[in-house]
Amino acid sequence: MSTAPVRTKRQIKAARGPYGRVGQIVNELDDRFGLARGGRVFLDKIFPDHWSFMLGEIALYSFVVLVATGIFLTLYYVPSQTVSIYHGAYAPLRGQKVTAAYASTVDLSLSVRAGLLMRQMHHWAADIFVGAIVIHMARIFFTGAFRKPRELNWTIGITLLMLSLANGFIGYSLPDDLISGTGLRIMYSIVLSIPFVGTYLAFWLFGGNYPGTVIIPRLFIIHVLILPAIIAALIGAHLALLVRQKHTQFPGKGRSEDNVVGSPMYPTFMAKTTGYLFMITAVITVLGGIAQINPIWQFGQYQADKISYAVQPDWYMGWLDGALRIMPSWEFAGWGHTIPFVVFLPAVVFPGMIFTLCYAWPAIERKFTGDNEIHHLLDRPRDRPKRTAAGAAMIALMFTLLGASATDVLANFFQVSLNEVLWTFRILVFVVPIVVGVFTWRICLEMQGGGESIGRRKRAVVMIRTETGEYRTVETEPQPDDEKEELPPIPVPVRIEVGAEGGGGDGHQSGVRVVPR
Amino acid sequence: VSQDTDVEQPTSPDAPPQVVRPDDPHLQEAVRDPRGAERSIAVVLALGVIGVAVFGAAYVQNWRPWSLGLSLGLGLFFLGFGLTAWGKYLMPQGPFTEARHALRSSRAEREAIAAALVERTGVVVKRRRVLAGLLGSGLGIFGIVALFPLLRSLGPLPGLTLTKTNWRRGSLLVDANGRAIHRDTLVPGGIVTVFPAGFENDDQAVAVDQTVLIRAGTTDLVTEKGRATWAPAGYVAYSKLCTHAGCPVGLYEKQLRLLVCPCHQSMFNIDDGAVPEFGPAPRPLPQLPLYIDRQGFLRAQAGYDQPVGPGYYERNTT
Repeated sequence: MSTAPVRTKRQIKAARGPYGRVGQIVNELDDRFGLARGGRVFLDKIFPDHWSFMLGEIALYSFVVLVATGIFLTLYYVPSQTVSIYHGAYAPLRGQKVTAAYASTVDLSLSVRAGLLMRQMHHWAADIFVGAIVIHMARIFFTGAFRKPRELNWTIGITLLMLSLANGFIGYSLPDDLISGTGLRIMYSIVLSIPFVGTYLAFWLFGGNYPGTVIIPRLFIIHVLILPAIIAALIGAHLALLVRQKHTQFPGKGRSEDNVVGSPMYPTFMAKTTGYLFMITAVITVLGGIAQINPIWQFGQYQADKISYAVQPDWYMGWLDGALRIMPSWEFAGWGHTIPFVVFLPAVVFPGMIFTLCYAWPAIERKFTGDNEIHHLLDRPRDRPKRTAAGAAMIALMFTLLGASATDVLANFFQVSLNEVLWTFRILVFVVPIVVGVFTWRICLEMQGGGESIGRRKRAVVMIRTETGEYRTVETEPQPDDEKEELPPIPVPVRIEVGAEGGGGDGHQSGVRVVPR
Repeated sequence: VSQDTDVEQPTSPDAPPQVVRPDDPHLQEAVRDPRGAERSIAVVLALGVIGVAVFGAAYVQNWRPWSLGLSLGLGLFFLGFGLTAWGKYLMPQGPFTEARHALRSSRAEREAIAAALVERTGVVVKRRRVLAGLLGSGLGIFGIVALFPLLRSLGPLPGLTLTKTNWRRGSLLVDANGRAIHRDTLVPGGIVTVFPAGFENDDQAVAVDQTVLIRAGTTDLVTEKGRATWAPAGYVAYSKLCTHAGCPVGLYEKQLRLLVCPCHQSMFNIDDGAVPEFGPAPRPLPQLPLYIDRQGFLRAQAGYDQPVGPGYYERNTT
């Protein structure tokens, strides 16, 4: 639309349109970027109202917290293995040999204002981030949201999980304290265990034999730049695909494969999700403030010949540690070569298989079911007993392995022999997933066909005592709310009728402005 | 209207625009008493304002970390809770719907892009095979060439560094402070981590040389056939690097005479050549042969007879 040069105030006002300054800004932006139509559609974007759709948001918002607190930490942390004698704030450490990485982490915790809060928030946020990804992934899996057309987004999600695990472990290693250094030593041995290329990879990564002097600076730049950049880019792709393909939704009144029903982006969803961001940040902040995590000044500086008891990684690495512990001591030695299967199988091959299975699942399911249709309506887990059983078995396997990473602590706590605990886990790791899988499958079959009551309020029961002293529960009278019906969904209105008095002099009848789309 | 799939159009352009009245139930707030809800939310948001302000005061006054965390956390929580409640109870509830258009294009459009890909490529590449081949091989070789020096410069080739320690014939055993170990230094049951003299402050050397010295008794200990002289006066020395994953085998169970690795609970019997009795370790800890010199100080008869630490492909056991 071309306009003559604007001169008078009245003309300026007229050019702005009936929406004043906002309208003017919209006009100027739309002239340059053509934002009006797409922007309006974006404000109307519908988000299904189901609690399980918030799980991914927990991951997203804890990533926001990770970035914010992480930037704070980089201002004080020194990524260097240069050794010096400690003269800092923490008295028990004075006079000891420390690396710059360790000393700066202790000092930023103990003498930088709010430093401990930020560091503990960062650590808690990382634990919550990975946990939220796992739970979000379980939701996607059990409801079949990974099916066509969303396989790529499932793949991006698995990649995000792997990168988050890696970056979590790397971040945990950066303080160069005794516990994380031991974890790094184990990681070195895991890389070494890879046949043919392991020693070369380990030497390239660590710049030589363990421990070397370059691993902390290298891990630092991986942790604060390379992996976060990839993670942020993949989160962007994850969300862009979500917008492009739109949300899935559970079946229900007015919901079909051809629509999305829920709350509009603006204002309802935006208010709720921003509030949610604040609340997630709040939980992490309170944890960071009152729940001590990773007090590295108590662990001491990492030294290659020192070790502490009950060495455990963060929870999300526990399954790998458990697998390492319960693996039988197999090693091949012959023809001048050694292949330590005892490390290679549980720490390289096994996680490789798990993640390959995750990546391949949509294709596997498509092959078994022959279902190549596009799905936007979600499954109830009970209606897909085999998939649900497989997912439950996988979760059971992972948590059994997590338990196996605590063999020594369990043996100590229950005063039983370590040997018995170990053998128990060696058996459980096969038995538990099978039992859980079979039970889940049976439960799903039992629960099928019980769907008539969905969306209805459960009838209250009252317990009464009869004259003979017998107790019984009796259903209450039906309440009007029992049959509460959702309204049929309507498109987000273009314009809300504001009444005749709002009309003003812009020539439109009764304040209604017609906005063609 | 062009075929623009980027911009969804919930209603057809010809349909009359949707106008609703405020009394439409879709626009109703979710609560029966909006005034009351607004008051409650106002209280919650006010608490949030107070919390964040208290955090500011706590930061300025440099109060304890828990007060920083609690004030900021509670402040943000109340702000978030209030905002969420605002959205949940005082904003249009719908349900609203949005049409979901098939993403797939028409058959003609699909064929058009496939045709463009196939036919243009055919015109360009098939007629110029030599050029395409040269460009392709140049890029391929560059890829390989770029990869190898990059990886190669990150670290040295392993070479013999994994197999060698600094233990030599005659190496004096010293503790972490450089003190030499005399035959009277440890009482039976005593344990100390030792290094070859001169290497105890070298972090890189410590990582591979670390050796655990135990006084297992008072008489010469024979842990295995052929090791008759290796443990004089009850002093027995094993590599401290676990053969499983390389953790320091730092725990000693005196009663059971077991060295225990805290990482994955491998246990090595010190009387028995450190053969693993339990846990994932696949090999015994290498034993360092010792002798006592004329002044009564402990020295190594020789270096380790095998590589220390965890297994790797080039490790030659024979």
